[in-house]
Amino acid sequence: MLVYALRRLVGMMVVMTVVAAVVFVIARVIPGDPAAVMLGTAATAEDIAALRVRLGLDQPLIAQFVIYLKQIVTLDLGDSIFLGRPVLQAMAERTELTASLTVMAVGIAVAIGLPIGIVSAAMRGRAVDRVAVTAAMLAASVPSFWIGLMLIKYLAVDFGFFPVSGYGPPEATYLERVRHLVLPAIALGIPNSALILRFTRTSMLDVLGDDYVRTARAKGLPPLTVVLKHALRNAMIPILTVIGLTTAVMIAGAIVTETVFGLPGIGNLIVSAVLRRDYPVIQGALLVVSGIYVLINLAVDLLYAVVDPRVRY
Amino acid sequence: MSQPTTPAAAAPRAPRGRSPAALVIRQLLRRPLAVVMLGVVVAMLAIAVTAPLIVPYDPMKMAILQRLKPPTGLHPFGTDEFGRDVLSRVILGARLSLLVGGLVVVVATVLGTLLGLVGGWFRRLDGVVMRFTDALMAFPDILLAIAFMAALGPSLFNVVLALGIVYTPRVARVVRAATLVVREMPYVEAARALGAGSPRIVFGHILPNLMSPVIVQATFIFAYAILTEAALSFIGVGVPPTTPTWGNMIAGAQQYFRQADWLMLFPGLAIVVTVLALQIVGDGLRDALDPRLQKVTR
Repeated sequence: MLVYALRRLVGMMVVMTVVAAVVFVIARVIPGDPAAVMLGTAATAEDIAALRVRLGLDQPLIAQFVIYLKQIVTLDLGDSIFLGRPVLQAMAERTELTASLTVMAVGIAVAIGLPIGIVSAAMRGRAVDRVAVTAAMLAASVPSFWIGLMLIKYLAVDFGFFPVSGYGPPEATYLERVRHLVLPAIALGIPNSALILRFTRTSMLDVLGDDYVRTARAKGLPPLTVVLKHALRNAMIPILTVIGLTTAVMIAGAIVTETVFGLPGIGNLIVSAVLRRDYPVIQGALLVVSGIYVLINLAVDLLYAVVDPRVRY
Repeated sequence: MSQPTTPAAAAPRAPRGRSPAALVIRQLLRRPLAVVMLGVVVAMLAIAVTAPLIVPYDPMKMAILQRLKPPTGLHPFGTDEFGRDVLSRVILGARLSLLVGGLVVVVATVLGTLLGLVGGWFRRLDGVVMRFTDALMAFPDILLAIAFMAALGPSLFNVVLALGIVYTPRVARVVRAATLVVREMPYVEAARALGAGSPRIVFGHILPNLMSPVIVQATFIFAYAILTEAALSFIGVGVPPTTPTWGNMIAGAQQYFRQADWLMLFPGLAIVVTVLALQIVGDGLRDALDPRLQKVTR
């Protein structure tokens, strides 16, 4: 197990290096000289040349990449051109919002997907099952930003149940701020509940056909006990995987949701960086978010072995 | 197999006299929902192709006196902030959004198939191809698309390119896996024994035999591409806002939707219907093409 974990960790380093290379290449493909962009239109040619030397832009590409890797390892992602602050600091300030939003959205997606998936599998082929499967397809087809707008219009504007947008004033309590996240979390959670529902259903169907489940039924256990105690426990492993994957996907989904609701999170930071061509922020955010994405995937794989004693590496 | 069979003939094989395509169609017809949705997809494509002929009004013509009128008999989907007919714009949007989706499918399928074939056939290059797809898949779809759009700048062509690259690994993985299976088939060995070179074996014998998983992936990519294009345009890094794709229409509706919710309702419904239809068709195709999956997903 330890060997496996170490091997996966090394594999992850390799993937992250390639990821860094991809980010590096994307940043270099961007038209225009970063130094000229940073200094604006008023800069003289000498200013630009001086900044190019300071940023290492006059060096060969390979040397630039090595400098870039060194910076990453020392957790130096550079300064935001627009905010004039370290990228990592700007991201850290916004982590609370995005993390809370993601956790709430995952909670909603699981609360919808898991029970319906279980019922659907237990009632396989009946009307309930068909409706659930079709509803899951529907949920997966709705753009989350569109759900967000609908929620704003009908629940926030028309009925005033929830705040329309924003994250509350700075002095607001955490609970008050969480209230601002309810609608965004629903908008983000609904489309992602579909995958959890379908996976739960498939995984349960696999297990419900097993011999030990038949035995449990044969010895007269109540159907509910069989489904929840005997089947669900063993069906949980693939379900956990997909919950992990959905979490990773939702961190990225938060980019769009935060735009809809005007939330100052990491997604908002990324979008405004793209619109303002704030390259250090784009680069840094790409690297951090994909790093988290890779880490979650790794954690899910390792969890597999912990949860299921049958899995041995 | 209805005829009585001798033990030797009982081995599984395709029934005689039916082409693989006919078998797939037969399987698909057993799924009424998928057939209906296939009809929806075809109808949407027809609307997209004939858009300029069937729009009731000029989608670009402004009529300030008619601005923000709710749906009526004259304007079934209402009018927008410039008095333009929303139905006409949704029809034109079908053309643009499906064009983006379709082109993304072409880019991702061509690139992905080539990469997958290279990885699956030339074993020495397999590692390189797989690490490359790993790295692309280490980014969430939307984030990678945003990064490409930041690098390339907003335009319809760049959205196609960015999303095409984003979805390439999905095709590449499927093609590689299928190639690894097909390359061990006796007919490939036979072709090699007859002296066929790599290009001929790969394109003449392997590629035709892995079309079904590619078609299934392509259907799903079509659906995802429409969703992701809409999201990119919505946050302002996709197709330039003056081009009325469905995503841009919703983005434009944001300012007015409190008093005029039809502005975002209809383009949104168009996205939902199209994406739902594509996903159900994709599911139906997958089941029809892979009999082993039928038990689980039905």
